[in-house]
Amino acid sequence: MYQYDKYDQGMVDARVEEFRDQVRRRIAGDINDDQFKPLRLKNGLYLQLHAYMLRVAIPYGTFNSLQMRKLADIARKYDRGYGHFTTRQNIQYNWIKLEEAPDILAELATVEMHAIQTSGESIRNISADQYAGAAADEICDPRPWAELIRQATTFHPEFSYLPRKFKIAVISAAEDRAALRWHDCALRIVRNEAGEEGFEVYAGGGMGRTPFIAYKIRDFLPAQQIFSYLQAILRVWNLHARRDNIHKQRMKILVHELGEEEFRRQVEEEFQTFLALGTDFPQAEYDRIAEYFTPPPFEAGLSDEIDRSDPDFALWVDRQVAEHKAPGYAIANISLKPIGGIAGDISADQMDIVADLAERYSFDEIRATHAQNLVLPHVRKADLYAVWQALDAAELADANLDLITDIIACPGLDYCTLANARSIPLAQKISERFADMERQLDIGELKIKISGCINACGHHHAGQIGILGVDRKGTENYQLLLGGSGAEDTSQAKITGPGFDEAGIVDAVERTVERYRELREPGERFLDTYRRVGLDPFKEAIYG
Amino acid sequence: MANFRYRDDQPHEEPAVTLDAFLEQPDATAVRLEAGEDARRLIPFLGRLQLIEISFPRFRDGRGFSSARILREAGYEGELRAEGDVLIDLLFFMRRCGFDSFSSQHSLNPADVEAALNRYSNVYQDATDAAVPIWKLRHG
Amino acid sequence: MRILTGNDLKSGAVIWWTGRDWSLHVEEAADVGEHGEAVLAAEDGARRVNGGYIVDAEATPEGPRPAHIKDRIRALGPTVRPDLTLKPADPTAGDWVI
Repeated sequence: MYQYDKYDQGMVDARVEEFRDQVRRRIAGDINDDQFKPLRLKNGLYLQLHAYMLRVAIPYGTFNSLQMRKLADIARKYDRGYGHFTTRQNIQYNWIKLEEAPDILAELATVEMHAIQTSGESIRNISADQYAGAAADEICDPRPWAELIRQATTFHPEFSYLPRKFKIAVISAAEDRAALRWHDCALRIVRNEAGEEGFEVYAGGGMGRTPFIAYKIRDFLPAQQIFSYLQAILRVWNLHARRDNIHKQRMKILVHELGEEEFRRQVEEEFQTFLALGTDFPQAEYDRIAEYFTPPPFEAGLSDEIDRSDPDFALWVDRQVAEHKAPGYAIANISLKPIGGIAGDISADQMDIVADLAERYSFDEIRATHAQNLVLPHVRKADLYAVWQALDAAELADANLDLITDIIACPGLDYCTLANARSIPLAQKISERFADMERQLDIGELKIKISGCINACGHHHAGQIGILGVDRKGTENYQLLLGGSGAEDTSQAKITGPGFDEAGIVDAVERTVERYRELREPGERFLDTYRRVGLDPFKEAIYG
Repeated sequence: MANFRYRDDQPHEEPAVTLDAFLEQPDATAVRLEAGEDARRLIPFLGRLQLIEISFPRFRDGRGFSSARILREAGYEGELRAEGDVLIDLLFFMRRCGFDSFSSQHSLNPADVEAALNRYSNVYQDATDAAVPIWKLRHG
Repeated sequence: MRILTGNDLKSGAVIWWTGRDWSLHVEEAADVGEHGEAVLAAEDGARRVNGGYIVDAEATPEGPRPAHIKDRIRALGPTVRPDLTLKPADPTAGDWVI
């Protein structure tokens, strides 16, 4: 894992003092809320329904036991004993006091963490494949590039007052676990015919009220030129985005309005400007960063055998364990989706247990996923049983990865000031309706994603079943969408028809699932069947 | 109202003309760019311009940061002034993008301005100022 | 009736205008009639409230009840965590919210 040197530490320490000073000026009345809001947002601090909310960055989703324990401490000391993992691999606290926020940032800085650019009109925390460095199907570990980009885009002077937020993702595997093409800018590491590393670059994706899937703007960008290329994209957008309507200022809208070809032409032209300036980070700096991501000392000669005699354990292994690149090792997914629970929520005590397990069994590494789960990336297969037992005792051993109860849900109207409807109770009811494990396994992969408003933090556009909460004359109403994907077969879900109340939408989901079971052919996932038969048979089942 | 200037030469007194007026009559030596106006149109004239004022109608409108960098990267050495809704917490970024004077519609506490400009002893990336990026410091 | 709400600047807590001061309890909210904007301007200027706004509410024997679900949830706390609401010990406390 990356470790701060004195320079990195100096940056986060200075940031804490800067924010402390900004809070002081706000409380003293030197700046008003309009002026203060962008400053607190760039430090991850929102004003939500019940209190301030603080979003802490987990760069490219990687953190360690020391950091997890600090997150648990903060939950106990400054919040109400829990945290919430988000759809951008971050964690947020719901009950923060403005006065205490600088102290929390100071505590985070002691474990090389921060909340920099986790919100606001800035270049957000970089997301990445949660299996990075462990996945059997990756070309290389994408995290050194993600870290290099993190540094290059932190406090970027030209791009700190952007038209809107800007989200970047980096992966290097064939399977897309990071919802790549739903980002403003997405990078997939590839090798060209000469064997050189570079990026396939996608631009102009995003969810929100006007969803777009990013288009491929470059087949191959030499890796060392990434900062020039990113700056070129950002400059074209910064100069030409609309500034008169906040709903039309994301880059996807500019790409759409200019057209893909024209946007590409302008980026390429600006790219030449930046290349000539020589602002790219040199190979030596990449090498320095990459050194921190040297694979851990995996033991050789380990057995791949797993004792499956305990059926509950065997079930968990089948659902939660993914293939690791090193023989004898496995990637263990930890579900934060207990039946009837709150997606992504984790208590401080559970955080400590995950920290202990990471330290003892996973070379001290933990990952957060955009699906609001956690991962222990490097577990010896021989240790899986012990890990499972500890998780089971902590109520963290649900075996539902990618099943119908592994629901992504934004905080919704229970916490969020932007929301129009509650997401969590709906996710809980669907989860309870499909709690039966045999039924879940029979249904197979089915990703439900719920957002409480059109801002789409719950990724409903990418849901195989998506649900969007709306406000219909002061009451909660839910629209059903089908056929979305955030994986390598990216697609945008389509609205089925009129919306439902809370009980109605749960029934509609069930009717959708039952129709799928009638229509499916052997081996077909829900999404495959949907793509084969289209929306109509489902509409018929839903609306009768 | 607050004005801060970080140049040693004499302030330029000629009033700034609009971009359109300047392009029609390019013997002026001071020009004002509104947010959204294309800074590159001034590039042929940079050698004799002494003051370019870039407007920040709302502090959230960050187009002026790119305009400033474009002008400096094209070799402009005269005064580059940020004018309008200029707040303390923008100043550090503005300096890095090449602004060397500020005319804010707000009254800014000089001690807070100094603190904001000196907060960070290092930077992660090159811009148009003289700051040496951290990666260069790391590799000597 | 029309009542005023917002968040406390320093703590972020949801607060309601009682006519003289701010309270955590919607039950203590006062009808501001046509004076809402003026009160908010003064209170915002004094930094005693952050993001204040006017809410339509219904007068009931238990006290004012905001018309919109968002403000009813704000008044008590998250519906999914009764333990974290203003009245964690009362299992029926949220009956009027939804």
